[in-house]
Amino acid sequence: MTVPVAPPDPEVSAPQVSSPDGEPTTSGSFLRRLEIDPRLFGMIIALVVIWVVMHVLTGGTFLTPRNLWNLSVQTSVVGIMATGMVLIIVSRNIDLSVGSMLAAIGMAMAILQVEWLPQWLGLENSWTWLITLLAGLVLGAIIGGFQGSIVAYVGVPAFIVTLGGLLVWRGVAWAMASGRTIAPMDSNFSRLGGGGIDGSIGGTLTWLLAGVACAGIVVLLVNGRRRKRRYGFTQRPVWADVVLGLLECGAVLGAAFVINSYFMPPPLAREYVESQGEKYTPGMEIPFGLPIPVVIMLGVGLLMTFLATRTRFGRYVFAIGGNPEAAELGGVKSKWMIVQTFALMGMLVAVASAVQIARTDAATSGLGTLAELYTIAAAVIGGTSLAGGIGTIPGALLGALVAQSLQSGMVLLNIDAPLQQIVVGIVLVVAVALDSFYRRRVG
Amino acid sequence: MTAVTPEAPAPAAGRGAPLVEMRDIRVSFGGVHAVDGVSVDLYPGEVVALVGGNGAGKTTLIKTLSGAHKCDAGEILINGEPRTINNPRDARALGIETIYQTLALADNLDAPTNIFLGRELRTRWGTLDDTSMEDATRKLMKRLNPRFRNFTAPVKSLSGGQRQSVSIARAEHFDARILIMDEPTAALGPAETDEVRQLIRQLKAEGLGIFLISHDIHDVFDLSDRISVMLQGRLVGTVNKDDVTKDEVLAMIIAGKKPGEVTKADLAELH
Repeated sequence: MTVPVAPPDPEVSAPQVSSPDGEPTTSGSFLRRLEIDPRLFGMIIALVVIWVVMHVLTGGTFLTPRNLWNLSVQTSVVGIMATGMVLIIVSRNIDLSVGSMLAAIGMAMAILQVEWLPQWLGLENSWTWLITLLAGLVLGAIIGGFQGSIVAYVGVPAFIVTLGGLLVWRGVAWAMASGRTIAPMDSNFSRLGGGGIDGSIGGTLTWLLAGVACAGIVVLLVNGRRRKRRYGFTQRPVWADVVLGLLECGAVLGAAFVINSYFMPPPLAREYVESQGEKYTPGMEIPFGLPIPVVIMLGVGLLMTFLATRTRFGRYVFAIGGNPEAAELGGVKSKWMIVQTFALMGMLVAVASAVQIARTDAATSGLGTLAELYTIAAAVIGGTSLAGGIGTIPGALLGALVAQSLQSGMVLLNIDAPLQQIVVGIVLVVAVALDSFYRRRVG
Repeated sequence: MTAVTPEAPAPAAGRGAPLVEMRDIRVSFGGVHAVDGVSVDLYPGEVVALVGGNGAGKTTLIKTLSGAHKCDAGEILINGEPRTINNPRDARALGIETIYQTLALADNLDAPTNIFLGRELRTRWGTLDDTSMEDATRKLMKRLNPRFRNFTAPVKSLSGGQRQSVSIARAEHFDARILIMDEPTAALGPAETDEVRQLIRQLKAEGLGIFLISHDIHDVFDLSDRISVMLQGRLVGTVNKDDVTKDEVLAMIIAGKKPGEVTKADLAELH
């Protein structure tokens, strides 16, 4: 692949020599030479510790394919929303309304596919799921954009606007169906929730996805080296890139292996095999493969990472968070940017909401209660600074996984719900305390 | 108050047309006239110092040129043509760059990102081309400040002088013809101040016109060609640096008296 280059400024390109004036020599620690973000590394360590401790405490049921598979599904709703919350918090705002929005949009999508669309399209039309999802996305963008406009153009602090939203949208969710439960969902739509045979993508596709991901990792690393060489920048040592590539591909393939080690129970396996027109023999091991909500979460994470790090939009969000005045003076249209981040958040809430109502196969006005707090907690545990300007999408996804691991582990341990809340609350505070301690030391 | 003569002394011959002429600029906030009918001009290769006490209106005046404020009345001519400057983008399009007192940098981002903020280099797919931006930054810094090394660290971790060179590099890279520097050395130590003074002389030698806002009378006499003094929103006058003493400029700043009008008694009062 060729890498496009902006035409070099002819006036300044002359004195450039092939060897660069390098940064301070990279004779630091192993991590520094690998250029791994130490915060992200710390979180991975924390996650591993939590998993091992939970595994021991639960007598060996935590680190099983079945539990990890479930854990990944449980993480997806908050994970999807946390990727948007990162950008909101980075731009020095907050969105407290996402839990209530999830309920309102969920209700709307449920009513649309259960009560309205069947009147025109008939039951179980193959377009129902897509129309419903698109309607949810539009609704999310409108609600989010509306709240964002009040923040940006009227000047009401985001905390207040979305605190109002938290009450308003919860009420709207109730009013839409007078508190009724709307069920069941369209069967294609239900696949978004990851239940049953067709809620997952199957073993083969899972391996294929993992293979594509590994290829992507290698291409990115090679491309990065090529670009740096072209400009004569100091390169990471080759061994470091090799180690990084192996670690990342190993993690991807390992995850695919674990996911594919969770097999369908015999009745489901029989149903699946026979639906493929083959003969079922007892003892056949049919993996579910990656659940669709997790595919969605990973896709959203990838898209949002791209948006945050490779586009002007993302860059401006970080610039606004770092110094709103400087961003404005640099020509960034801050107010419009804020509206866009909130609209994007609304769309991500719609995606999460679709997953949620598909998983529960029903919509109630109580959906997503406290989800705003878990979403913010995931972003913050994942290294997003409430002061703005700092945060990463992968960090937020890891944060969601950490919080969910704690919670799932405690469920396995039969710990009461109130105690679970106490633990998650303490972990949130400790995580932020550790982070600010780290920041003070490193600057 | 003495009569205000907007006519500046003729600048050194052979400089051609002025880069900037600001005529009869007025800005008011509520009922307060922050800038009240001020006219200044700037020629290529020239440093014009804008001085005055706190609240004299120099920053407000210059913000109408940088696009941060609109003027209520008056006219701005760039290279002899009347122009409307509504926002910082307009100003930049006219080759006007501003280096703010507060070092308008996003602390959480690195030097290349700050230099290119709002004008990012992009790949053919429209994504950010960070490698090209870093490369351009390295080349710029090789010329402006060869000791600058931290191209990937957030600018928060840089020294004041290094941060100032990031601001200046931003102006330099986009071929600014007109540079506005608001207290460029206020936040710096002595060695860094020297570094910035050197930079200003270099930019001046390259033919840029520079408006320098400063409280530091030494900076002003060291760097400027002409000095425009403001008091309470009005222009006291513009003088050639070589024609006046520091005391005379101080008298203009404090008492609003032009060099001819100042008496021995006035000067004595200053000390």
